[in-house]
Amino acid sequence: MPGETRLSVRNLRKSFGTHEVLKGISMDAQDGDVISVLGASGSGKSTFLRCINLLETPSGGEVWVDGEQIRMLHGRSGSRPASRAQVDHIRSELGMVFQGFNLWSHMTILQNVIEGPVHVLKRPKAECIAEAEELLAKVGIADKRHAYPAHLSGGQQQRAAIARSLAMKPKVMLFDEPTSALDPELVGEVLRVMRALAEEGMTMLVVTHEMSFARNVSNRVVFMRDGIIDSSGAPEDMFGAGASPAFRQFIGHFGNPQ
Amino acid sequence: MDFAFLSSTMVTLIRALPTTLVLFSLSILFGGMLALLITAMRVSGIRLLSGFARAYIFVFRGSPLLIQMFLVFYGLGQFGVIRYSFLWPFLREPMVCAVLSLALCTAGYTAEIFRGGIRAVPAKEIEAARSVGMSGFLLVRRIIAPIAFRHALPAYSTEIVLMMKSTALASLVTVWEVTGVAQRLISQTYRTMEVFLCAALIYLVLNFLILQAMNLLEYSLSRHRRPFAPGLRA
Ligand SMILES: Nc1ncnc2c1ncn2[C@@H]1O[C@H](COP(=O)(O)OP(=O)(O)OP(=O)(O)O)[C@@H](O)[C@H]1O
Ligand SMILES: [Mg+2]
Repeated sequence: MPGETRLSVRNLRKSFGTHEVLKGISMDAQDGDVISVLGASGSGKSTFLRCINLLETPSGGEVWVDGEQIRMLHGRSGSRPASRAQVDHIRSELGMVFQGFNLWSHMTILQNVIEGPVHVLKRPKAECIAEAEELLAKVGIADKRHAYPAHLSGGQQQRAAIARSLAMKPKVMLFDEPTSALDPELVGEVLRVMRALAEEGMTMLVVTHEMSFARNVSNRVVFMRDGIIDSSGAPEDMFGAGASPAFRQFIGHFGNPQ
Repeated sequence: MDFAFLSSTMVTLIRALPTTLVLFSLSILFGGMLALLITAMRVSGIRLLSGFARAYIFVFRGSPLLIQMFLVFYGLGQFGVIRYSFLWPFLREPMVCAVLSLALCTAGYTAEIFRGGIRAVPAKEIEAARSVGMSGFLLVRRIIAPIAFRHALPAYSTEIVLMMKSTALASLVTVWEVTGVAQRLISQTYRTMEVFLCAALIYLVLNFLILQAMNLLEYSLSRHRRPFAPGLRA
């Protein structure tokens, strides 16, 4: 339902050794929010996403997914999740789309899409196949369902990866530069799928360098700089008069999006 | 050419074929299971277990199989605990000793082959699996093992063929498999060339069949690396 908090991050910290990469990040995503996370290379965007689904273990702070807090143990030897089962459960509620697609190379596209629902959610296979075919049609690669990832273009692989995530019926979708590994002519087809998702009301957190997506599709823009949130707000404000000097300088490198 | 002798030799040797096949299949079966265990220990990240696995692999790859077999055959009875245990009637059987030493040895090689396969699994694919909520045995069963096995298959085929040939050593601990029977025939007839040629032919045919089967398996597991052919689905 709109207005419900799907994702909440409180004072998230992450260090690799002595290198502090996230220095206290807080943000909330309500149902249906589409949040673009922008920032220079090395500002900690990927680390931020990966801490949310615990592909990296946060050094401090809180992550809540749909009202459930991920329980952490902070000891002298570092931090770790209190329950592996809870981590698996939370991950199954969060879709993650990677820059490099990361499809399972030994499985067909259809097998990739039904893998999670059948083996993690333990749902009936026939039902999952029917849903998967619908999802593949929706992202426009129904004809590729029996092909293997290596037989697809980058744009098709990324759309398959999005379908794989959607098959889990996630509460929130996390995208880490989903179009950065694509040839320019393939970027559009992936962005179209993401825009359609946004219009359906999916809650999305999107790390991207696509300024037009940030400006035209998302309802909030977050600008990260050196492990903190430098500024955030509605795209009209962020790309308008309300921009911080650092953000203004950052978008200067991209030229001015329409 | 004495075809009558050759064919009677062939018949005699083929009578020993079941013994060779039992030696081979049991040692591959038990060796494979033990290899899985050793591989799991080797990659467990637990110092004690991976240390044990390393030592195991070193010992069984580093010493001659023949000596391992003699040690099992002549050596086990020297231990009171074994000699007086309920296992002894079983362990003093030459066949059991031969299978045991073949399995122990191939497990060392196979564990290293499997580990190589696991190392070749792309970290990104494991990460994708984690991100949908897979972990532990499910992750191994669905993602890591199938990919690792595909990478390990060529080296594993070689190991299986080597094992087929290694069964010949069992003749030295009085198991009457093909090579053992061949030697007995030679000591009766003194016709070394003909008898050994017949024996070699049997091993060649066996290994030809094994390699064909392995190639077929490899082919059927590598569709993802071949061009996409719609309608050509097995
Ligand atoms: N596993 C790791 N070990 C050590 N340092 C790391 C690790 N992962 C990331 N870092 C460091 O953390 C910092 C932030 O990295 P991160 O990948 O989050 O940046 P990013 O904003 O996603 O950059 P990009 O736009 O290039 O993807 C970098 O300085 C990087 O070197
Ligand atoms: Mg990144």
